[in-house]
Amino acid sequence: MQSVARSQSTVGPDTAAPKDATLIYRQSRWTRLTHWLWAISLFFMLLSGLQIFNARPQLYIGKESGFAYNNTIFAIGAENTANGPRGYTEIFGKRFDTTGVLGWSGAAGRETSRAFPSWATIPSYYDLGTARVVHFFFAWILTTTLVVWLVASLINGHLRRDLVPRIDDLRRLPRDIVDHARLKFHHTREYNKLQKMAYGGVMFVLLPLMIITGLAMSPSMNAALPFLNDLLGGRQTARTIHFIVMLLLVAFFIIHMLMIFAAGPINELRSIITGWYRTDPPAHGGKTPQRSA
Amino acid sequence: MPKFVISRRKFLTSASLGVSGIMLSGCDAFDSQLGVGDGLRSFLEGANGLTWRAQRLLAGDSLAPEFTEADIRQPQRPNGVTAPDDDVYKGLLANNFADWRLEVSGLVEKPLTLTREQLMNMPSRTQITRHDCVEGWSCIAKWTGTPLSLVLDQAVVKPQARYVMFRCLDTIDRSLSGDIKYYGSIDLIDARHPQTILAYGLNGKPLPVENGAPLRVRVERQIGYKMPKYLRKIELVDSFAAIGGGRGGYWEDNGYDWYGGI
Repeated sequence: MQSVARSQSTVGPDTAAPKDATLIYRQSRWTRLTHWLWAISLFFMLLSGLQIFNARPQLYIGKESGFAYNNTIFAIGAENTANGPRGYTEIFGKRFDTTGVLGWSGAAGRETSRAFPSWATIPSYYDLGTARVVHFFFAWILTTTLVVWLVASLINGHLRRDLVPRIDDLRRLPRDIVDHARLKFHHTREYNKLQKMAYGGVMFVLLPLMIITGLAMSPSMNAALPFLNDLLGGRQTARTIHFIVMLLLVAFFIIHMLMIFAAGPINELRSIITGWYRTDPPAHGGKTPQRSA
Repeated sequence: MPKFVISRRKFLTSASLGVSGIMLSGCDAFDSQLGVGDGLRSFLEGANGLTWRAQRLLAGDSLAPEFTEADIRQPQRPNGVTAPDDDVYKGLLANNFADWRLEVSGLVEKPLTLTREQLMNMPSRTQITRHDCVEGWSCIAKWTGTPLSLVLDQAVVKPQARYVMFRCLDTIDRSLSGDIKYYGSIDLIDARHPQTILAYGLNGKPLPVENGAPLRVRVERQIGYKMPKYLRKIELVDSFAAIGGGRGGYWEDNGYDWYGGI
């Protein structure tokens, strides 16, 4: 890998493209542009979203929030104990001590009662109004970007070529899982099977679900599209799903970062910034002797 | 030429370090640009106008979902001020609001002064709706009141009026220039919406003090802070630039969006 990179270093990647078969133009400008717009929007939406959650750090199932009855399935809070205030997180009635991160956090001696800690929210101090301004601004950016990406990917073939699932994907899936488990990565033009599933899942399941559950929380949208909450099981269930999808997107982000570091961060970052990606030399290395040094 | 690779590598490394640096340094990085009136903040707030127009287009005059008696499973949760400490209010409460009047003024042809009996003698509307608090919780209850559109028609709104301003009896905050009584505004589309009522009844009983007695607004396609309680006066205006902080309401002046349909 190192030697391949060095041999390439005598000429710039762009000019070398026609001569160097392993360097390919993999990501169109539309894919790259929308990728970074999502990265920025999701960053701000996550942190402003956690601030919004802090205003009511409970999740419920149903049309409304139970105050005279219990339909709470998740809660973050603080309580006074013999050892001073402690933060807790309660999932389906089971309570965990999460002092320092969830429920009770802050600089030593200046801890406060807050669900998500100040380093995880925008603004860092409690301000629901501002978090809503930030959240809804980036909601427009995120949704517009998704539409632009969908149209561009339909036109330039990215969708059909790289993301549409095929029967063959299923057949090769077990092998792909084994390869990932061994951290053995193939650098090819196509996405590998797990990659395809992950990207497809984010684009066609998680992001649309995020937008739909977001809209289902808006009272005006409930008037415009009353069936949304009927389908989702009520506004408070929609809010709970919105939160769960957030957790799945965070999990995707963590795995995405780990995979980039495992597969070669320079090459992966280059392809999503410039579009150019270095693929593996052909098998046995025999066909391109000048690269096999 | 090898330099090219190094500089690119350096660029990529520093770019990724920069991004993770922002993420690790905590989010107070943005605090200084997000205060009311700051340039970045004002730019981001532009999205609220876009949401307002888009939702008006999509929702038209559609009605907010209504529920059944079986969906009323608990008392309406009160929020904000729940027991006004104002002398005027306490005086009115002492004789069960017999001396209370609703004033309708501003850009109207016929300013009105209405008693609670006069309002209750007008045609009423009862609806079981879900109250959505800006904090994130919801509560379903049955509201009874006079459609605001009937009151506006009686006062005859002048053509230049654009907003309905609600003035309240309860002190929500104190400033150097005195007590701040709750105030808020909606546009005439919401004001004339069939579910927008001046509510005096809750779950089949007179409206309790904690929920806004003697009269509060219900604007069913908006978030809770857009529905003032303890009403004193309805004022038709063409602009709210000169009222409070100029953003259209108490919470709006404290950084909340004016359009609360989301």
